[in-house]
Amino acid sequence: MAVLTSGFATALSGGNELEKILSLAKRAGAEAEVFFTSYEKLPAIFEANRLKQLKANQGTLVALRIIKGGRVGFAITTRLDNRQELVNRAVEVSQFGASARFELPLRQFYPQIEVYDSEINGVTVGQMVDLGESLIARLRAHSPELVCDVEVAKETALVQISNTRGGEASYHKSVIDIAIEGILIRGTDMLFVGDEASSCHPIRDVDELACSVINQLELAEKEASVATGYLPVIFTPHGVASAFIPSLALGFNGRIVLEGASPLGNRLAEQVFDPRLSLRDDATIIYQPRSRPCDDEGIPSQRTSLIENGVVKSFLYDLQTAGLANTQSTGNGDRSGGLPAPRVSALVIEPGDIAFEDMVKDLREGLVVEQLMGAEQTNILGGEFGGNVLLGYKVEKGEIVGRVKDTMVSGNVYKVLSELAAIGKETRWVGGMISTPAIFCPKLEVTSKS
Amino acid sequence: MYKGEALGDQMREVLKKYHADYIEVRLEESEATHIQYRGRELENLSKSQSLGGNVRAQVRGGWGFVSFNNVNGMGDKIELAIRQANLVGKEISRLAPAEPVVDIVRVMTKKNAATVPVAEKKLLLDEYNEIIWSTPQIQTSSITYRDSSKKVIFANSEGSYIEQDKSDLALRITAIAKEGEEVQQAGLSVGSNGNFAQIEGLHQQVKETARLAVEMLSAPEVEGGEYTVVLDPVLAGVFAHEAFGHLSESDFVYENEQLREIMVLGRRFGGKHLNIVDGAAIPDLRGSYKYDDEGIPATKTYLIQEGVLVGRLHSRETAAKMKETPTSNARAIGYRYPPIVRMTNTLIEPGSVSFEEMMGEIKTGIYVKNWYGGTTSMEMFTFSAGEAYMIRHGRIAELLRPVVLTGNVFATLENIDAIGNDLGINQGGGCGKGGQYPLPVSNGSPHLRIRHCLVGG
Repeated sequence: MAVLTSGFATALSGGNELEKILSLAKRAGAEAEVFFTSYEKLPAIFEANRLKQLKANQGTLVALRIIKGGRVGFAITTRLDNRQELVNRAVEVSQFGASARFELPLRQFYPQIEVYDSEINGVTVGQMVDLGESLIARLRAHSPELVCDVEVAKETALVQISNTRGGEASYHKSVIDIAIEGILIRGTDMLFVGDEASSCHPIRDVDELACSVINQLELAEKEASVATGYLPVIFTPHGVASAFIPSLALGFNGRIVLEGASPLGNRLAEQVFDPRLSLRDDATIIYQPRSRPCDDEGIPSQRTSLIENGVVKSFLYDLQTAGLANTQSTGNGDRSGGLPAPRVSALVIEPGDIAFEDMVKDLREGLVVEQLMGAEQTNILGGEFGGNVLLGYKVEKGEIVGRVKDTMVSGNVYKVLSELAAIGKETRWVGGMISTPAIFCPKLEVTSKS
Repeated sequence: MYKGEALGDQMREVLKKYHADYIEVRLEESEATHIQYRGRELENLSKSQSLGGNVRAQVRGGWGFVSFNNVNGMGDKIELAIRQANLVGKEISRLAPAEPVVDIVRVMTKKNAATVPVAEKKLLLDEYNEIIWSTPQIQTSSITYRDSSKKVIFANSEGSYIEQDKSDLALRITAIAKEGEEVQQAGLSVGSNGNFAQIEGLHQQVKETARLAVEMLSAPEVEGGEYTVVLDPVLAGVFAHEAFGHLSESDFVYENEQLREIMVLGRRFGGKHLNIVDGAAIPDLRGSYKYDDEGIPATKTYLIQEGVLVGRLHSRETAAKMKETPTSNARAIGYRYPPIVRMTNTLIEPGSVSFEEMMGEIKTGIYVKNWYGGTTSMEMFTFSAGEAYMIRHGRIAELLRPVVLTGNVFATLENIDAIGNDLGINQGGGCGKGGQYPLPVSNGSPHLRIRHCLVGG
């Protein structure tokens, strides 16, 4: 397959334009910060086992934040050609804006955190298509009836931040991402399997992904059922990500803590979780897709311990929230296309010492939960989770006997994680967002149709 | 001649020069206002502006898609999309035939939010926030408001040229109550096709939302199990969307032989009283429009009539491959995305059972109202209620903590044994699919009673 060049492979740079916007803002009597990003993403999309579409998404975003008369004004645009209007909009809304509780950062030193691998430029669309095709071929060799949707995407981005106090930051990022979702249908029974992998380095083979999905297919081959009641439940890394993380991401958010809405808010330095549980936020791991030298406000990235041996250690802050809470930013100012707000960068749960296989062996009757559907669509602020087991297995006498259906698992994160049976020793990344081992909970509410 | 038409002629001429089975170009200019409160203070008030577009090309059944912010150099972008499509295509391009359309659609929204001064928007939200804060035992509040208006220009190589204005508005108000480490929340979600008046005068509802959050602190948890449940129209609308709507989207089905067998027209899904319809032609709702993102005029499509599957939602491609007619359901949330098959306004039509009759026959059950969210895997769905009460001897009894309901699509629709004679439309929230979120949709239903529904806390 021919090499496809996109015509705008070199990322557009904000450069001079940023300075021009800052000086216009200064002229309007404001301190100001410009955030600029320019990216190009090239996804190859397979539908129903076949290559269906090639995409090139190229975009730019300019966000201006000003502090005028002590208040914050904010405006966003995709165009670099109308600087004055951008400034005017920010000034217009600043009269209603929140009162600024921070100062824009000065020029400073950033840790060297590599998140760009120039080898990604050499990855051709043809190679990406080959990866997708070989993944699908591997899985269909195992299960010929499997219908796969796959996306292989490479992305490069440039981030630039500059403010009127001399603060300046800039970095490039590269990410390759492969996601697979397979569906196996028998009658009206549908089995969903899937996994993903992402890295700042080129991904050269799909072996691990294929093995992971084949393992799911094999464990789910037979059906099993559980009765309504309380059961021990092992959450796999995917299970941990779908059941616990939405609540924890809110509970440790400095803004939620500040409002008094986090169940953890008053429990700093207290033993809230199982003593074997340690969790940190970490944007400093090199070549991880969520890592970065600084956050979206130009604050250097750091490792922030959130839970250490079960004890609540700290919360996550951006500049404004830290100002309100009388503390320091933890480098978690995240824009997500809007005004910075505290958000987790990447979470890391420390491994324990029990192999996954041994956890299963220890189980007389219980469940393994791989994917909980809809778990985050409840009162996650209060720590609750509850969802349909989209992919999960029944364990009997130390062995996985088959896949469960029509089964719900629910509980409260803060109660469930306060007393664990075990923490797995193997960890893996899920969605580039969290690195976690399996977590074994001794007793959970399970509701079942059968 | 209106200058849009001249531009249209020009674009059609340009597109004719290229060699592909099909090409479309979309340009989009939008403005949005976003206001967010976290707690008593306004956290974020911002205005955003965006200009961008995309080109989509089809060659031998393969698609190329290029999106961009820089609208210069359109020729290069068209060529790139064609090159991509050439690399993908190995078959024959099939798109259901469509009459070329040339039209200019201007927005007619009453009290369009885009024209309401920021100060007025803030004043109203301040009032709502104050109501929450004046409720005893309230810990904090969260308000998210967003209005947007955009102008979309669409042209394709078949001679269509459409300029369409779109506006949208969504508001979510959450009251959070706390006692010790116990945190409960209650929310109110509303939306409109940009009409600001529809989010005015909600003071009483906001007050009730705040009170509910506080009451939930002392409410018991439901005991998990199978129950007879009665859904209020808002939650029943979400149920229609999750439990059946997504399964009707043909892009899930058209390339999958087994799914095509499952979803064969004529299959019975529910009782004779069950009628489900979707359509952007149903006027003045968040999912209403004149043309979809492939330029197909809006329709109203029966999905289920008298309990039997009679139709489904299509793009031009899925319609061609399934030998059916396009239904104007190809939608994209913005220029960064190609259109995919989506719902618009999805309704369960009213039946004949009064609320009293529906409740009267239930000895023990659960009455669920309002929504937190919902999701589906097609076969299984879950959705969560913001408000739940036990039903005892036909009467609404004690308040419960929020509950999650789950079920199997193929069994649950048959378990609907009563459909109310009322109708409510939910315009809050937004739909997510294939990374495209939030898409403005609405859904609606009368009260529904479902037997044997799996409920968890």
